[in-house]
Amino acid sequence: MTNLPAILVQAIPQAEDYVRILPELVLSVFGIVVMVLDPLVDEEKSQKTLGLIAFLGTLAALASTWYMAQSPGLAFSNTIRIDSFSVFFNLLVIAIAGVVILSSFEYMAVQRIRAGEYYALILFGVVGMSLMSSAIELVLIFIGLEISSISTYILAGFRRNEASSSESSLKYFLLGSFATAFFLYGVALMFGATGSTNIDIISQKLQSTPAAVLVFLAMALMFVGLGFKVAAAPFHVWTPDVYEGAPAPVVGFMSTAPKAAAFAVLLRVVFAINAPGRFWFLWVAAALSMTLGNVGALVQTNVKRLLAYSSIAHAGYLLVAFAMTTPENSATGISAAMFYTAAYAAMNVGAFAVVSHFANAGERYVTLEDYEGLGRSSPILAASLTIFLLSLIGIPMTGGFFAKFYVFSAALRANLIWLTLIGVVNSAIGAYYYLRIIVAMYMREGRKEVPVTPIPFGLGLALALSLLATLYLGLWPNRVLQMTRHSAQDLLAQQSPASSNVAQTPGSTAIPQQ
Amino acid sequence: MNIDHFGPYILTLVTFAPLAGALLLVLLPRRDRDIRVFSLVISLLTFVLSLHLPVHFHRSLSGFQFEVDRPWISSPNIHYHMAIDGISLWLVVLTTFLTPLCVLISWKSIHDRVKEFFILLLIMETALIGVFTSLDLFLFYFFWEATLIPMALLIGVFGHERKVYAAVKFFMYTMIASVFMLAAILWLYAQTGSFDFVTIRDQIARGAVSNFPAAAQWLFLGFFLAFAVKVPLFPFHTWLPDAHVEAPTAGSVLLAGVLLKMGTYGLLRFNLGLFPEQARHNAPWIMTLALIGIIYGALVAMVQPNMKKLIAYSSVSHLGFVVLGIFSFTQSGLNGAMFVMLAHGVSTGALFMLAGILHERRHTYEISEFGGLATPMPIYAATYLFIVLASVGLPLLNGFVGEFLVLNGAFQAKPIYGILGATGIIWSACYLLWMFQRVFYGKVTHPINNSTRDMLGVEKAAVWPCAVAALGMGVAPILWLAAIDPAVQSALTPFTQVVSKVVGQ
Repeated sequence: MTNLPAILVQAIPQAEDYVRILPELVLSVFGIVVMVLDPLVDEEKSQKTLGLIAFLGTLAALASTWYMAQSPGLAFSNTIRIDSFSVFFNLLVIAIAGVVILSSFEYMAVQRIRAGEYYALILFGVVGMSLMSSAIELVLIFIGLEISSISTYILAGFRRNEASSSESSLKYFLLGSFATAFFLYGVALMFGATGSTNIDIISQKLQSTPAAVLVFLAMALMFVGLGFKVAAAPFHVWTPDVYEGAPAPVVGFMSTAPKAAAFAVLLRVVFAINAPGRFWFLWVAAALSMTLGNVGALVQTNVKRLLAYSSIAHAGYLLVAFAMTTPENSATGISAAMFYTAAYAAMNVGAFAVVSHFANAGERYVTLEDYEGLGRSSPILAASLTIFLLSLIGIPMTGGFFAKFYVFSAALRANLIWLTLIGVVNSAIGAYYYLRIIVAMYMREGRKEVPVTPIPFGLGLALALSLLATLYLGLWPNRVLQMTRHSAQDLLAQQSPASSNVAQTPGSTAIPQQ
Repeated sequence: MNIDHFGPYILTLVTFAPLAGALLLVLLPRRDRDIRVFSLVISLLTFVLSLHLPVHFHRSLSGFQFEVDRPWISSPNIHYHMAIDGISLWLVVLTTFLTPLCVLISWKSIHDRVKEFFILLLIMETALIGVFTSLDLFLFYFFWEATLIPMALLIGVFGHERKVYAAVKFFMYTMIASVFMLAAILWLYAQTGSFDFVTIRDQIARGAVSNFPAAAQWLFLGFFLAFAVKVPLFPFHTWLPDAHVEAPTAGSVLLAGVLLKMGTYGLLRFNLGLFPEQARHNAPWIMTLALIGIIYGALVAMVQPNMKKLIAYSSVSHLGFVVLGIFSFTQSGLNGAMFVMLAHGVSTGALFMLAGILHERRHTYEISEFGGLATPMPIYAATYLFIVLASVGLPLLNGFVGEFLVLNGAFQAKPIYGILGATGIIWSACYLLWMFQRVFYGKVTHPINNSTRDMLGVEKAAVWPCAVAALGMGVAPILWLAAIDPAVQSALTPFTQVVSKVVGQ
């Protein structure tokens, strides 16, 4: 051992290196267990058993994230950094997966889908998303992006007998690979411009030397790739078709978890690298996403398509928080964006849980007409969906309201008056189409005979969790805000080591600089 | 001075008692009678609790009382800051006074989804009280938006034929207007680092807010738009007739009685409080709009064939008086505006209840469907007349005091405003008395009306308290004005150049 060159000694992973990817390891193990068990269990029983194992996997992963959070630092030759930022997103994506798995139990049984691969794919997808949240090496980020994307491509096509599902999967796959290629191209150019793919080193290089044209191009290309993943305009065209065809619980998953992970990467790329010239394309993408998303949603009659357009609009509101320039504003912006991702995840997963329960076999009931009279026939489901929709509108007492409030407040602090105005007007217009669902449920009598089944336990639990999260974030956002602010400081501290000591508050975790 | 042990908690109690009731109601089984009784008890309890406020209110003080100020969210710097002064005091009591009456008037008329109805009604009450008690701008906006949902649902679920259209129109109109207020609030926070009304007001007054002169006009307009739609000021009033005609009776009562006052209260508290200079600057065209509202509302009311629409347009006209009074910047005008707000809440609330009672029996609001109703329904006719006279502004009843004070203030501001405004009183006598004559006098024109029942006990219990209040406010307005006057005086301090003269001193 002692004879080895120093560089090799450094490269040998230590125990804490593994601790810092513990959630990913735990999730992979559970994913493999689910796959191995799949042929062994009786198909009738497999739905519940495998789902339960997968759910336990997410619980174990949450626990290991908590354990991992106790030892922050770098791992695997500076490719992974565990700080409060990565812990936040790890917790978020794993929690989303847990709730989605809970809400899938019944759906899988009703749609007669073999469960093994489904749950395993969700777990593997989360491995990729966790990696995306903790990696600070662009190549590793790319690998995480691929792991997460490939599992979601397959998940989107899980209703095998439906043409629309296959179409959704294929469309997502083709466009998605195209977009990831853009991202990879951007990484390559960044390497060409700075000689490194490590975010820390790139950020330091860019501070010491004036930025070349290549850097702008690299940033733009990476933004194309990530913009596709978060469904931001003008890279949003795939969203409605894919969401319409994919199984409803999967849409709940892929409209939140991969998005959250992609936003984590985008936050790192935008704020940690702090590349120049990013302001305007973020501004334009934010304004376009909000407007196109909301206008597109106004005329939809299919609830899944409607929520797809709404997710574009929400990506727009989120991007508003990215268009910050000065460091003080950046901290608020990052914190606002992180809070928004969490609030959006809570309400959207909840909304899709209701949609997936109500869709029934073959997803027959997904239009606004089918929702008529739901308020009478299924009061609990209707009431919870109403709360999620009110949160999506941004009505007080819900997480969605506070998230929007915080984002726009951050934007006005940065003097982005026009962007804020576009945002608030959009959120008012957006109220109309969410209201259409509420109107259908409560103010019209059902004309069609739509079967209503009792709420199974798993779905009930998933709904209760999302409801609690939505209301908690709306009424007592303090804890989560503290976490996001803390994370924002951690993230920005990397960018300028000289000023990091000044910026860090006494309470924040100090990350050893290499 | 009596010692007030509840001082710091009473506002929280009053505000959230109905919400707590609504949550309990969720758990109650669907036995309609129990639900009605329970809602009545809760709303009466809230009313009794709210009486604590006028009893322990120090009338000589102009500042905020019963204050509670706790940090809620540390960053952004949001506080749970509640307090009332003479301006908000009576609006809170008006809300708690009208809600039990709304429960009573819905006793017989709501048969379907009773539980949901009363849950929404109680949530609505909490949101309305919250609007008047909160001093933190975030908290204010929180309650402001929170009023939208229960009201839209009350209209959309329990309303009449075109309920969905009316509910969506109501929601979208007010929502779009209020986001501009949100933008203005956020701008103020970005510059001052505070959502606290008092802090922001003082900072603006000291000139300590950077970029303020450039933005002040836009901020003023941001707040103004949200409030003007709510009032509703001409030409933002078109949602009101639709909402009223389609709403269930209790919804109309709260809509006219309290919800519209949120707008005038906001104008008084925020537009005058935060931006006195811009308020003065913009007063001429706002007063013009108010005058147009008074006259236009009255003229349109006159030709309405639909009783409920007629009352709705009369609200446009009456609320025009309030805005006229507020932007006269005189002690008398503001006192009058406050008094009209209360009087209108009581008497128009009662008018909507009376219209609802008739609709119960005949399922129509068309005036031509009635005639000679005084014969089969004498008690109803007498009550109706009393309320109509109160609304018209007969001396010794509540309408007179407020309108007199407002017109007096408007004269002081500019005589032409007073003259034009005064015609509004004539118009209101025309349309209300004419309507009364067509509905009640003469022979019974439709035989079916011969068998309409007179008022039931529960209906009397709902309407008569309003009549008593109308008489009380008309005979002894000083009981109300004693608390209003100092608060108005302090609201007017930035407008010192105006010579203030209080009528009756």
